[in-house]
Amino acid sequence: MLFVLQFCVPLWPPLYNRAEPTLIGIPFFYWFQLLWVLISAVFTAIVYFATTE
Amino acid sequence: MGAHQRGFHGDSVFRHHRVGTDGGAAPASRVSVETFVHEINWTALFIFLGLFAFISWLGFAAARWRKGDLDQLHEWGLGGRRFGTVITWFLVGGDIYTAYTFIAVPALAFGAGAVAFFAVPYTVMIYPLLFLVFRRLWHVCHKHGYITAGDFVRGRFGNRWLALAVTVTGILATMPYIALQLVGIQVVIGALGVSGSGLVGDIPLLAAFVVLAAFTYSSGLRAPASIAVVKDLLIYVTALAAVIVIPIQLGGFAKIFAAVPAKQLLLAPPGPHSTGSYSGYATLALGSALALFLYPHSLTGVLSASSGAAIRRNAAMLPGYTIMLGLLALFGFFVIAAGVDKLPQYAAGFQQFGSNFAVPALLLHSFPSWFVGIAFAAIGIGALVPAAIMSIAAANLYTRNIHREFINKNPTARQESRVAKLVSLGVKVGALVFILFVPTKFAIQLQLLGGIWIIQTLPAVMLGAYTRWFNGWALIAGWAVGIVAGTTMAFATGLTTTFPLVIGGYTFPGYTAVFTVLLNLFVAILLTPLMNGLGFRGAAADETAAADYTA
Repeated sequence: MLFVLQFCVPLWPPLYNRAEPTLIGIPFFYWFQLLWVLISAVFTAIVYFATTE
Repeated sequence: MGAHQRGFHGDSVFRHHRVGTDGGAAPASRVSVETFVHEINWTALFIFLGLFAFISWLGFAAARWRKGDLDQLHEWGLGGRRFGTVITWFLVGGDIYTAYTFIAVPALAFGAGAVAFFAVPYTVMIYPLLFLVFRRLWHVCHKHGYITAGDFVRGRFGNRWLALAVTVTGILATMPYIALQLVGIQVVIGALGVSGSGLVGDIPLLAAFVVLAAFTYSSGLRAPASIAVVKDLLIYVTALAAVIVIPIQLGGFAKIFAAVPAKQLLLAPPGPHSTGSYSGYATLALGSALALFLYPHSLTGVLSASSGAAIRRNAAMLPGYTIMLGLLALFGFFVIAAGVDKLPQYAAGFQQFGSNFAVPALLLHSFPSWFVGIAFAAIGIGALVPAAIMSIAAANLYTRNIHREFINKNPTARQESRVAKLVSLGVKVGALVFILFVPTKFAIQLQLLGGIWIIQTLPAVMLGAYTRWFNGWALIAGWAVGIVAGTTMAFATGLTTTFPLVIGGYTFPGYTAVFTVLLNLFVAILLTPLMNGLGFRGAAADETAAADYTA
């Protein structure tokens, strides 16, 4: 489930193709996608620990 | 990265820009060597050469690292499958995020804007694939001693012609990729101010090439694995310093983004009856992600891991590179904000290398010479690592799935690794000749086609990891249809990445590779019952068992 979410969100550009809100001057489009990288790493780690004894 | 290019991975984007927005106006690589009057930057050059000497020594010394019998193909070509989580991280990272990616992704941001960021969602999507699909492939390859995708397909479907199709596609897609790595080295050597006319100007590139060829020949995959560690440390230092120092010099991120033209800052919202840049962006990311691990060099990196767990851990750790790649993409905007492209001292470089010169110019502009030396060495070494892995991967493919299958059916281990070493040398010479005598534009266009070709092996390799339902001959038919359709579509759009698919008055612009692999799959699914009915079973049965795919 987490993988499906991780995979599908980036496939829907209208979700993040906007400038506001900005973060320390960086438009939303850029910082959201970078944040999504971190989120996806956390997702993968969760799946890893959940499937490893 | 390509691209990941990109790529494909990251690298693909560059072509999209070069060929798409520039109208193919890229100057041939050697057009204006004589006019490139740039002062030689001695401090930077000295540090650059020092670091190069160090990694050359490291490359040769690597033969003795986790020592194995280099006369065995899996020792030379997969490092004895002994790399743990950390080394695999560096090795696969070196595979995906190549020097060319570091040059081309910011160059695309500089020239075309927001679309360059597709490299970020693309690399987000590869990790679930790595975690799920490629862990299965690792297990089955480990169990049966497979070294290449061709070995796996041969064992799974018992059809050597299908294995040959996968092999030839892999080798053809890899060759222009190696050539593009050499372009990365060319750009930094040029930026250091080393120039000359004709063949004299190519001597630095030749020197780098000889070093690369020699240590790959003697140490195999251990060489790029050890050098990847050094390369990444240098790249991380460079990227972090640049991302902190340059925005301060330029007065903050708000100012930088304010300097970027509004229509480059975001994707253009689509017009009526079209999904516009949105579907282009999403399919580019998806197609690049699907293609990435089908490239032989990515699989070589994956298979050299010592365990399936090491691969799954890497799926969670590799996004560290993606963050860096995203930050590097922002470099393109730094270039715009700093106005480097308007400064007279860099005009010759931009004229010779086009927007590929953006990153080197920015580094020269923003940092003292000694740091420029470190940064350029990072890019130059960053080209050697993937070039070495790619040539090893192509050599493994040839040796296992062409030479052993069709020429010498029972080689000794020693003969097998000897063939691989010689082929890796041949592949690199081919790439070098290509870069020296053919305009860079063709290498870029060929790599674009390579991405469309390599994804056609998806049904056999990736779906093959889950099911043997497909008929081998039906897979060959699907592959052929995909290759022909993809090549035709690419030429129809003037060798750009996206194809405007029109269905009932509605336009879906999307990455050609995604459309054609769907067509490929459709043909394979349609023909499988038909081929089975006609009695075209694979010659041999599946030699893998369901249990081989899991721990």
